[in-house]
Amino acid sequence: MGDKKRLLDLRDVSIVFGGLRAVSNFTMHIDEGELVGLIGPNGAGKTTAFNMITGVYVPTEGEIYFDGKLINGKKSYQVTQMGMARTFQNIRLFSELSVLDNVKIANNMHIDYSLPHAIFRVNKYFDEEKKVTEQGMELLKLFHLDKHAHDMAKNLPYGAQRRLEIARALATKPQLLLLDEPAAGMNPQETKELMEMIKWLRDNFKISILLIEHDMSLVMGVCERLYVLEYGMCIATGTPAEIKKNKRVIKAYLGGEV
Amino acid sequence: MNKVRMFDLKALIASAVVFAILQGLMAAEIIGPFWELNLVLICINIILASSLNMINGFTGQFSIGHAGFLAVGAYMGAVMTVKLGFSFPLAIIAGTIAAGILGFLIGLPTLRLDGDYLAIATLGLGEIIRICILNIEYVGGASGLMGIPRMTNFVITFWLMIAVLFFIKNFKNSAHGRACLAIRENEIAADTMGIDTTKYKVMAFTLGASFAGTAGVLFSHYFFIAHPASFTFMRSFDILTMVVLGGPGSLTGSITGAILLTFISAALADFPEWRMIIYSLAMIILMLYRPQGLFGNKELSEKVFSSLKGGKNNG
Amino acid sequence: MESGFLHQLVQQLINGISLGSIYALIALGYTMIYGILKLINFAHGDIYMLGAYIGFVCTSILKLSFLPALIVSMIGAALAGMVIERVAYRPMRNAPRIAILITAIGVSFFLENVMILFASPQPRTFPAVFTATVYHVGAWVVNSQQIVILVSALVLMVALTYIVNQTRAGKAMRAVSFDADAARLMGIDIDSTISMTFALGSALAAAGGVLVGIYYNSIDPLMGMVPGIKAFVAAVLGGIGIIPGAMLGGIILGVVEALVSGFISSTFRDAAAFAILIIILLFKPQGLMGKNIREKV
Repeated sequence: MGDKKRLLDLRDVSIVFGGLRAVSNFTMHIDEGELVGLIGPNGAGKTTAFNMITGVYVPTEGEIYFDGKLINGKKSYQVTQMGMARTFQNIRLFSELSVLDNVKIANNMHIDYSLPHAIFRVNKYFDEEKKVTEQGMELLKLFHLDKHAHDMAKNLPYGAQRRLEIARALATKPQLLLLDEPAAGMNPQETKELMEMIKWLRDNFKISILLIEHDMSLVMGVCERLYVLEYGMCIATGTPAEIKKNKRVIKAYLGGEV
Repeated sequence: MNKVRMFDLKALIASAVVFAILQGLMAAEIIGPFWELNLVLICINIILASSLNMINGFTGQFSIGHAGFLAVGAYMGAVMTVKLGFSFPLAIIAGTIAAGILGFLIGLPTLRLDGDYLAIATLGLGEIIRICILNIEYVGGASGLMGIPRMTNFVITFWLMIAVLFFIKNFKNSAHGRACLAIRENEIAADTMGIDTTKYKVMAFTLGASFAGTAGVLFSHYFFIAHPASFTFMRSFDILTMVVLGGPGSLTGSITGAILLTFISAALADFPEWRMIIYSLAMIILMLYRPQGLFGNKELSEKVFSSLKGGKNNG
Repeated sequence: MESGFLHQLVQQLINGISLGSIYALIALGYTMIYGILKLINFAHGDIYMLGAYIGFVCTSILKLSFLPALIVSMIGAALAGMVIERVAYRPMRNAPRIAILITAIGVSFFLENVMILFASPQPRTFPAVFTATVYHVGAWVVNSQQIVILVSALVLMVALTYIVNQTRAGKAMRAVSFDADAARLMGIDIDSTISMTFALGSALAAAGGVLVGIYYNSIDPLMGMVPGIKAFVAAVLGGIGIIPGAMLGGIILGVVEALVSGFISSTFRDAAAFAILIIILLFKPQGLMGKNIREKV
């Protein structure tokens, strides 16, 4: 792994909310092409860590580097423009817009025409619009959503909405994709398919993935490395096999005796 | 020629037909001076409603201070023609730009607020603009700026309205417009998709304010006077009602809302004491039965097409 | 010069506090209704106007004295508030909020114009229920109306605080505004609690209307428009949804307005109110007494 590019690097990152240290001295990294899991019981600070990485919260202490650049205090949209995309635990689609528009919006920053081009409808507008529409449809096809391209996002079934969230995140053309509990609300069969899809995403799109889950068994199969959070602190890190044997982790999950 | 350009051409031809019919009816004196005045007013109100819709309907930013920008346009235009002796087209440009600049200056700090807070802030700013104008003796203070030449006519108003509508339609169907729609739908998600939400909110607000300025110049050059009492928050409510009635987010909705409300108001002109009562009851009843507005956030054409084709997609 | 300034300052403070306590009375209704329904009830200013007219009828036609007139007006307005909520707002509980706001604006227009139709648009002279006595306290002037306004407003605010904090209905109101779903699960009747909130808020606005009638001797059908908006400003200033906040906001607004009209120009009085609003919204949008909350991601 040594010669691979380091994509995300968190150094001693902490955040304090009104006296409460929600995440404390968290150090982690993700290299290019890695599939990393961040696990922990509910309320362990996983989503908070996620929100710091994606620019929703500013860390109180520590530094976050993405692609070699310091990103503390950068806004979400700036972080996304640098090549990081995320999904939400509670689905946040543009629900009254079409499925295709959802994906096109995520592609917005790659569209190269100005407002006057759009108002006066010069050829460049049509060329670019054609390009985003085609790219969007291609992406939707990969996620089996192309049949629904013109439906409103809110009318999709739940599983399809989850897929659309991921497709939309990918439309920003990220280097790193962060998935916040993508299996939430799915049945075991759907969850299994999702895990297969995540592996396929990494290989097909040549991206790194950080996956949050509270259900440990799910991530064991897909992730190459894991970080375990409890009460805002990283209590273990290593391969799934190592984590499985770690006493502190077992204790955190089962509580009390080992 | 591609499908989109074809649609634009058809829309333009349709506008020309409507224009020709209305002009013909006026020439034949079937439409008398009273309804001619109201036609001009309808066109002005369409500009106002559709420009407010850019802010409220497309971008989801609750603004109720539109009358302030209308006032800036009305006064700026009048100062240009009456005080400085410039031509009418220059006055229109100046009124539009002045309202736009003010919209930008107001939008930049206030658009950080959301929901009702933004609503009440824009309402307050609209009133502040009016009170400031009220205190400027140069533009006539409380008695208003009088002696404005009538330079607005139906022809100019109609075609300016069409231009504004095309602008807004094309804006809505662009990457910029989609960014605004995304903000309306879910601001946090839009931000996460790499959209600079502040930039697009301010853009929609500035453009909306500019067109309100355009409407203002037309307004003061039709009614000979710019008076502070024409631009109270009641006027802002009027415009907002047109937008919500037609359906926030729907441009054809705003057009319909503006026509409907101006028409109701004009038709009841003979019953002054009952006029506002019926008007307000119509507002309440329409909202009770159609809270999402007549068209929701859909455009009329989509609705008509999809119902004609029985739900088949891609026309 | 120095003492002249001080004299003027204190005099304006006296005027400001009595005006401000009326804003506070109206603001209380705004803040309670907003707290429970998240609705800017634009018709609230017109309830205040309605209260003033009922007070006018009681005093000038029925020849009632101050206290009975005040009570009748408060009851009348409370009923009107409940009817408006039942007819116009309740069917829209699940509608988009902008639609409810338009309904509120519609109700406001309706009340104003019905009053214009029945009572004519001309201002009416509110009868003098008190012999206006002017008291000189040192170099300052306080008149009996100001004292009545202040005392009545104070009594009503204390009564409201008692109702909200100590009675069953008041606790239900607080519960619903904190979390309507949880309150429903606890067996609280949401509909009647909202109704009760409108009744209380409207009664206070009506009291404000009667007191203003006494203070300025003049009422008209559109008198509620500007004070209505300003009372909402006061509610936002104190922290919307917070009852003591509305009282504080009202008093501050009244004082600032009095100072602006005393020291700058009365034409800028209204602008001052809105300028405060903008400043508070930009720097402390949750209001003076509000807590900071942000959306969970």
